[in-house]
Amino acid sequence: MGRQRTGAAIALHAALIPLALVWIAPLWMMFTYSTLPESEFYRATVPLLPSTSFLDNWDVLDAQTKGNFIRALFNSAATSAIFTVLSLGLTSLAGYAFARFRFFGRNALFTLVIATLTIPAFVVIIPQFILIARDLKLSNTWVAVIVPPLFSSVGVFFMRQNFMTVPQDMLDAARVDGAGEFQIFRQIALPLVVPALAALAIILFLFSWNAFLWPLLVLSKPEIQTAPVALGALVGLNRVFWNAIMVAAVLMTLPMLALFLFLQRYFIAGITAGAVK
Amino acid sequence: MRRTATPYLFLAPYLAVFAAFWAWPIIQSFLFSFQNTRVNPWRYQPAVNWGRLIGDAAFLGALRNTFLILAVQVPVMLILATGLALALNSSMLRARGIFRFAFFAPVVVGEVAYSAVFRLIFNGRFGAMNGFLGWLGLPTPDWLQQPWTATAVVMIAITWRWTGYNAIIILAGLQNIPRDLYEVAAVDGVPRWRQHLSITLPLLRPVLLFALVLSIIGTMQLFAEPWLITMGGPGNATDTLGTYLYRQGFQSMNFGYASTVAYAMALIAAVFSATQIILFGRQR
Repeated sequence: MGRQRTGAAIALHAALIPLALVWIAPLWMMFTYSTLPESEFYRATVPLLPSTSFLDNWDVLDAQTKGNFIRALFNSAATSAIFTVLSLGLTSLAGYAFARFRFFGRNALFTLVIATLTIPAFVVIIPQFILIARDLKLSNTWVAVIVPPLFSSVGVFFMRQNFMTVPQDMLDAARVDGAGEFQIFRQIALPLVVPALAALAIILFLFSWNAFLWPLLVLSKPEIQTAPVALGALVGLNRVFWNAIMVAAVLMTLPMLALFLFLQRYFIAGITAGAVK
Repeated sequence: MRRTATPYLFLAPYLAVFAAFWAWPIIQSFLFSFQNTRVNPWRYQPAVNWGRLIGDAAFLGALRNTFLILAVQVPVMLILATGLALALNSSMLRARGIFRFAFFAPVVVGEVAYSAVFRLIFNGRFGAMNGFLGWLGLPTPDWLQQPWTATAVVMIAITWRWTGYNAIIILAGLQNIPRDLYEVAAVDGVPRWRQHLSITLPLLRPVLLFALVLSIIGTMQLFAEPWLITMGGPGNATDTLGTYLYRQGFQSMNFGYASTVAYAMALIAAVFSATQIILFGRQR
């Protein structure tokens, strides 16, 4: 048993270590590339070690985006934060209603709402674009980036599951004491699902921070673009400044990696929502 | 419970957004798909878009490329993710946290950032991949300029990004399997690999099905990676339904035809998902 187990353990690590190195390589190279002087990019080497040109490369990025990349990072952070707060509010209210009330049309409505998760977003994006850009003339506004994606029902599904675990006795006790339904939601139920709210907040923020297609459609002015749209524009230029692009990619990725490092548990709780009942 | 307006008040804010930006658009794009949007004002001409779709070589090419990714990349990724989840769940594994970080970190990387990195790494003239292959003395293909290798790069990039995501889901499923099942099997002298075959896989089926359906829907609407890594090229070799729809809708501004493509995409995704659910979702 003992020797066989050791052999299996060695085999496991022998397979997993090279694979892990391959997996981390693109992220590591994103970082090392961002520190290489531009001339080094064209030498077909594997950039294993960082160099010292990060700030020079940042200057190129700053020049290529006419000073707008800092602005783009700020736009991303601000719109993602507002989106997260709004979506948390809308979806926890709705999730609570689906979990704790019985009402006419509940199951049909819930099925319809969950369908948003299984139908490709492309089906709704054209009418959304016509409404926002053509009819309401809201292109290049924060409303345009933030509001339409709020239809996402991930939070409704996730919060419904979590509100179902709240003990009925606690809600009934508050009801006997004469508390209103909103008060019960706000003061009894919500505090009991704070870990779930945290997990959902992280997933929503990540989704919004990385969103590309919809912001690309409604944000054309550089000063209001989010970071993914600004970075996407750099990739499409005729003269590609790889050093600037890699700096932008690092600046976009690093905050999320840091969050992930410290809050991994919540990321995983958010991702596995729905997979395991 | 009393019948009151309360639940509807709780639902109202979300449902308002849902109605304006999902329910009504779903109906609208269905109506658009029957309209000729290249004339002003738009006119109902049911055959103009749907008729074009069936004979549109560019659409069929994008469909074929999407199917290719579905048939090759999705199974490879899910098998890899299952193996990874089993490995990360093994009691023999040391430094689990480091391994988890290595495989799960891509989950937080945005599609634009990693597409840019893969585009650089697989650059035929100066990318790191050819730097490495050249150092080994192996051939250095011009990855992004040949149809097959360009498709492979898109598949490799998506696999890198989503394997950890699926491993997280499968790992959660593994941790839900009661331990005593394995203990009973071990007492009966069932070897480890047989235990995985007769306990792990069957009990993992619902979770694998969930991951599979998510991957099918994700692949059907694949857009950012082919758009940013290859621009759908060379030629139309890596055009997907997503990039084709984007071109029709937002570059040619043919909203009617783009809606038709979107509905075709959704229908195919629904048929595939339903087939998988019927095939693999049966209860024992």
